[in-house]
Amino acid sequence: MLKVFWCILTRDITLALRRRTDVLTTLFFFVIVVSLFPLGVGSERELLRLLGPGVVWVAALLASMLALERLFAADYDDGTLEQLLLAGQPLSLLVLAKVVAHWLLTGLPLVVIAPLMAMQYSLEPIAILVMMAALALGTPVLSLLGAIGAALTLGLRGGGILLSLLILPLYIPVLVYGAGAVSVSVVEIADTQPYFSLLGAFLVAALILAPPASAAALRISME
Amino acid sequence: MLEVLDLSCRRGDRLLFSGLGFELPAHTLLHVRGRNGSGKTTLLRALCGLLQPDAGVIRWRGEPVTELGDDFNRELLYFGHLNGIKADLTGLENLRVAATLDQDPVTDAVIIAALAQIGLAGFEDLPTRMLSQGQKKRVALARLILSKAPLWILDEPFTALDTDAVALLEALIAGQVASGGAVVLTTHQEVALTQGEIRRLDLGPAAPQ
Repeated sequence: MLKVFWCILTRDITLALRRRTDVLTTLFFFVIVVSLFPLGVGSERELLRLLGPGVVWVAALLASMLALERLFAADYDDGTLEQLLLAGQPLSLLVLAKVVAHWLLTGLPLVVIAPLMAMQYSLEPIAILVMMAALALGTPVLSLLGAIGAALTLGLRGGGILLSLLILPLYIPVLVYGAGAVSVSVVEIADTQPYFSLLGAFLVAALILAPPASAAALRISME
Repeated sequence: MLEVLDLSCRRGDRLLFSGLGFELPAHTLLHVRGRNGSGKTTLLRALCGLLQPDAGVIRWRGEPVTELGDDFNRELLYFGHLNGIKADLTGLENLRVAATLDQDPVTDAVIIAALAQIGLAGFEDLPTRMLSQGQKKRVALARLILSKAPLWILDEPFTALDTDAVALLEALIAGQVASGGAVVLTTHQEVALTQGEIRRLDLGPAAPQ
């Protein structure tokens, strides 16, 4: 079981490293969107500090959305997805391996680069730490939820737009509590704990529920 | 081994076949024939569970495949129109992944030997996107050499292959049948077996609704 999980995980990471542009576009998209706001609204510190958490989170949402379309599409096109379905392994496990690889390649870089982005909004060091922690808890939820949408819209024409319409509303709770944690930390660091508990709960729920749901959606899409 | 009862499939509004039944014991090859669009691929996909038939039962060793689930998939090797190999991975890496998924891990030496047998010696470390159509197909067919699955379902395996590869593939299929496996196959060419039995199944033109 673990061997199969590891096999798919390393396969997807190897593939992505051989096609680095796909990974980098997501990251650059995030950097550019976040950087555009200070240019647009001016350099007033208080205003930026207020906007920062929300902007970074919305950009992270859109960036992870951008990468989702490719999660199953490449495997679908070359027939490897059929082989995964017929592998005689629990499909949810294979899906989970793919989602973990996807998060390592598109979610983790956002967490790492977030401090740099936060500096443009003159956030306090403590708020930056909270933002990184919140992103580290929240972006896996985005990948997991997104996998359901990616599986459902697989092979559809204009699937990308449909995917956004389907999945973005589901991202709202993560956005609210993720950005909320950062905003609250500016006032009182101790108040962030409930936000993290909720984000953690989302993550656990998504880890348990999303892989079987995506697996079922994949089976429907392959018909 | 494989038993199909009263199977019917439709694509959209079109009924492709209905009331289809056959039995496939060990040492047998089933050659599915029919015109383009007669439902050959649909039948094969239904057999391996990629597609839900509208009616009918498929049994494997007496048990319905819907209940067997992953246990049936482990006994099955499906080779579809798409090769199912990653263009950015080398032949060796592709086959290593396939072997791990089939849960019979093999050493790299075995994979390299299989690739050499299929005529790709020296190509094992090249990303498969650098290979020709026929060579890609050969990489995918190397899975047949490594596979221990008793049931092979092959959809048009002979396309894009040169005469050498066709002969090799025929030998592999014959070997599978001789060793007690079963093969379901669609192709527009004749297949010969030295041992075992060939059964033919003709899918007629789709009945007008």
